[in-house]
Amino acid sequence: MPARLANILLTVGALVAALAVFGVFAGFAGVSPVQVWMLLFKGAFGDWFAWQNTLQRAAPLMLTALCVALPARAGLVVIGGEGALVLGGLACAALAQALPLPQNWLGLVLCCAAGAIAGGLWVVLAGTLRQWRGINETISSLLLAYIAIGLFKHLVEGPLRDPASLNKPSTHALAAGLQIGGIAGSDVHWGIVLGVAACAAAALWLHGTTGGFALRVVGGNPRAAQLVGLPATRLVLLACGLGGAAAGLAGAVEVAAVHTAANASLIAGYGYAGILVSFIARHEPIAVVPVAILFGGFGAAGSLLQRRLGLPDASVLVLQGIAFVLILASEALRDRPWRRQPAPAVEAAPVAAVVSP
Amino acid sequence: MSLELVSSLLFPILGGALRVGAPFLFVSLGECLTEKSGRINLGLEGVLVLSAMAAFAGSYLSGNAWLGVAAGMAAGAALALLHGLICSLPRVNDIATGIALMLLGTGLAFYFGKPLIQPQAAQLAPIELGGWSDSPAVRAALQINPLLPLGVLLALAMGWGLANLRAGLVVRLAGDSADAARALGYRVAAIRVAATATGGMIAGMGGACLTLFYPGSWNEGISSGQGLIAVALVIFARWSPLRCVGAALLFGGAGAIGPALQSIGIGWGYHLFNALPYLLTLAILIVTCRPGTAAAGSPGELLSNR
Repeated sequence: MPARLANILLTVGALVAALAVFGVFAGFAGVSPVQVWMLLFKGAFGDWFAWQNTLQRAAPLMLTALCVALPARAGLVVIGGEGALVLGGLACAALAQALPLPQNWLGLVLCCAAGAIAGGLWVVLAGTLRQWRGINETISSLLLAYIAIGLFKHLVEGPLRDPASLNKPSTHALAAGLQIGGIAGSDVHWGIVLGVAACAAAALWLHGTTGGFALRVVGGNPRAAQLVGLPATRLVLLACGLGGAAAGLAGAVEVAAVHTAANASLIAGYGYAGILVSFIARHEPIAVVPVAILFGGFGAAGSLLQRRLGLPDASVLVLQGIAFVLILASEALRDRPWRRQPAPAVEAAPVAAVVSP
Repeated sequence: MSLELVSSLLFPILGGALRVGAPFLFVSLGECLTEKSGRINLGLEGVLVLSAMAAFAGSYLSGNAWLGVAAGMAAGAALALLHGLICSLPRVNDIATGIALMLLGTGLAFYFGKPLIQPQAAQLAPIELGGWSDSPAVRAALQINPLLPLGVLLALAMGWGLANLRAGLVVRLAGDSADAARALGYRVAAIRVAATATGGMIAGMGGACLTLFYPGSWNEGISSGQGLIAVALVIFARWSPLRCVGAALLFGGAGAIGPALQSIGIGWGYHLFNALPYLLTLAILIVTCRPGTAAAGSPGELLSNR
């Protein structure tokens, strides 16, 4: 437990350092760092309005982070969440357009399920290519993401296009009964509940069931998994499917709650940001929730920095970049005494002694 | 009629391959060098955008496009150096770091590039290879980016150097077997940092292609993911700098099919043609990969093989 606390403190320390570096960076632009920090907090968590904005951004981040976290627990580095997300949004919009769905919760559930299935299958494809042909899933999922985006643009600007959408090609807007509304009249939609619930379910599955345990064995020690006869391929594909379904659901929710139709606004980089959220949460689904809220908050604070201080809107991108870099680099300081450290000095010397005559 | 049709399709595609292929060539060469040393740099997307901005700023401030190219190379090298240094720390994941640097690089580029969206900067003068022809289509297609021949020379030099020069062998040694390199007394981390930074410098020339040659302006949509694609290009080229030239031209040409078809009135499949190279790369992987073995020609230490 103290080790876990130390790890959390390390991440927090890296975050504080990132804020300090960003303060200095803003200082060069002639802005008071203290004011920057105050506005960052205010824009992200300062009042109810800020919280609404933050949570709205955090919802898809939680789901796309799961698309990285679950396969990561099975030993895969999947970075194609963006592809699963856009296809999920597309499937949601396409189903609503193709079938006369009942305009109530049932139709909405069907739309979201279509998104989750589309996203799940897309990431399962990357997992299948790995298990079947030994193709590295990092590369194939990235390629698949670009193929998915191409497919998305083709269908949205072609067969599925609403002729009325002139400047911004879109599918037909979802019927009002199929849209996800705000919680209690606020701007925060039910996606945040879905995100938190998905993270909690993933954590329960990983830590409370034999299936989740088997998955962690497969990811932690493939040879041990093989020795005890775990169905590694099935578990890997399951993790890919569930992760992809989460990202697909993110796309469907973005369409049903925010954009109301599938269009290019869906390709906003949530898939890539989710990768970083998952890495910072160390692929722990429960930790994904606060990390996603934090980075949703940074995004939400951007417009306030721009309005009040005249900083370019890209300054939050800089802040996020600095924060991610420092938090990832802080991994090097993690002290895990129970794990044997590779000692390069010992490694190098004897080998050299053996090789040289 | 059919001849006309062919020329109105073929030359734009050829021109597109030469124009769009140039940044592809540089990012793929940069990524190739990085991966040869045993490290993957997904942050080249950030490198590309940052160096595109720096090249434009350098050219705008100095009035000399070639100084702009130098500025782009310096910015690219600096960001890639950061990637190399961070990845040298123990337990740091190079995939995640690459994506973090992609964010940081684009963020810095948009931040400092804000005042550069309006002005015009000095451009690289094209090399006119189409002077022999009367056809304006041929002339337009053969207006070559002066950096492109440099890139081809660089690819030749890199292919030769990796095979014959001591430095090239050391880079490949670090990429194929870190243990062997250590046993011979080389510092693997230092080699990889140097290769990553040099790769970033080369990719920086790709950034300069984006802003200092036709259409030649800086905006926030300047890159459509060319830096991320570099990873796919290098696989496509099977880690050979010479094949990077062909791969870059092919990817560039495939991207030009859609616009060329559109110009003769066929709008169908624009985005599908853009996605074609990725499908092709995936197909190549499916054909060449075998379970339990690394992709043919890939460096043994590459994270993606372990």
